[in-house]
Amino acid sequence: MEIIEKLLSKNGLVFAFLVVGVIMLTSYWVSKNILRNKIPGVAIAIIVALILALFGNKKGIADISLFSGMALLGGSMLRDFSVVSTAMGADLDKIKQAGLAGTVSLLVGVSFSFFLGVVLAVSLGYTDVVSLATIGAGACTYIVGPVTGSALGASSEVIAISIATGVVKVIVTTIGTPIIAKSIKLDNPHSAVVFGGLLGTTSGVAAGLAATDPKLVPYGALTATFYTGLGCLLCPSVFYFILNIFIA
Amino acid sequence: MTIYGVAILAFCFLVGKLIGNALGLAIGINGDVGGVGFAMILLIFSNAYMKKNGWLEAPTEKGILFWTSMYIPIVVAMSATQNVKAAISGGPVAIVVGVVVTITGFLLVPMISKIGKKEQIESN
Repeated sequence: MEIIEKLLSKNGLVFAFLVVGVIMLTSYWVSKNILRNKIPGVAIAIIVALILALFGNKKGIADISLFSGMALLGGSMLRDFSVVSTAMGADLDKIKQAGLAGTVSLLVGVSFSFFLGVVLAVSLGYTDVVSLATIGAGACTYIVGPVTGSALGASSEVIAISIATGVVKVIVTTIGTPIIAKSIKLDNPHSAVVFGGLLGTTSGVAAGLAATDPKLVPYGALTATFYTGLGCLLCPSVFYFILNIFIA
Repeated sequence: MTIYGVAILAFCFLVGKLIGNALGLAIGINGDVGGVGFAMILLIFSNAYMKKNGWLEAPTEKGILFWTSMYIPIVVAMSATQNVKAAISGGPVAIVVGVVVTITGFLLVPMISKIGKKEQIESN
C-alpha cells in the first residue's frame, strides 16, 4: 500500500491524467445513460470535480498529497496553453459568414454577461475590483472566469465561484433553451447564430440547440466558438479598466 | 513533425503573454492584461497564414489539436483544485449570477436577431 502511494505521488501528473480520465468517463456515462443527455457530460464532470475539491482546503483535492499532480494538470500554465490552442478551430472566414448580427451578438453577449454579473456581485456584497471582474468573467463562461481571475491575481475562492457560475450557465442554457425557444423565436439559422453569440457557453449552446432542433447546432456553435476567446481578451483588459474607473 | 505544432502554439502563447504583461506594466497594473486573448489572435493569424502558404502539414496541426482536446480535462483538473469550501461559505453567488445572466441572454435573442435581419435586407 505504502509503495503504491509513494509511486503515485512521485508520478503525480501521470496519476492526474488517470484520475481525470476516470472522472470524464463516469460523467459522460451518467450524462448519456442516466440523464439521457439532458445535461452535458462536461457540466457533470466539472460538478464532480468541484465536489472532489471539498475533500481538501485551499488547493482543493491537491491538498491530499496523493492528488498533488492535479494542481499541475489544472494549473494556470497548462490551462492557458490549452485555451489558446482552441483558437485553431476559429476560422476567420467563418466570422464573416456569421455576419453583422453574429458579431453584434458576440460583443453584446460578452459585455452584458460581464457587467450584469458585476452588478449582481456588488449587490451580493462583493466590493474589490479583482473579485468583481472575476465573477463577471465567470458569467461569460467557466473558462473566461478563471483565466481572468488568475491574470488579475484573484483568490482561489473567487475563482471557484467564477467556475461554478459558468457551470450554472451551461446547465440553465441546456435545460432552458428548448423550453423558451418558441417564445424567443429561436427557430431559424439566423437567430441560432445570434443565440450562440449571446450565450457563448459552447457546451450549453450545443446541447440546448440539439434539444430544440439539431439542425440549428452548427449555427449556434459558429458564434459560440469565438465567445470564450473574446471574453479572455476583453474581461481582464478593457472591462477591468472600466470597472477600475467606476469603483476606484 | 508534431513538435512543430506544439512549438508554434508555445510561441504564440509566450508572445501573447508578453504583450499582456507589458500592457499591464504600462498601465500600472501588476498582472496579465488579456494575454490569452492576444495569444489566440496571434494563433488565428499564424494558422491562416500558414494554411495559405501550405506550410501547415497534418502532423504539425495535430500537435496543436492535441492541446485543444485536452482543454476540457484540464478544466476538470482545475475545478478539482480550487478552494471550493470557502466558495460555498460565500453563499449562492454562483447560482444567482448564473441563472440571471443566462435568462437575460435568452431575452436578448429576439432583439439582436431583429437588428441583424434589417441589415441583411439592406445589404441585399
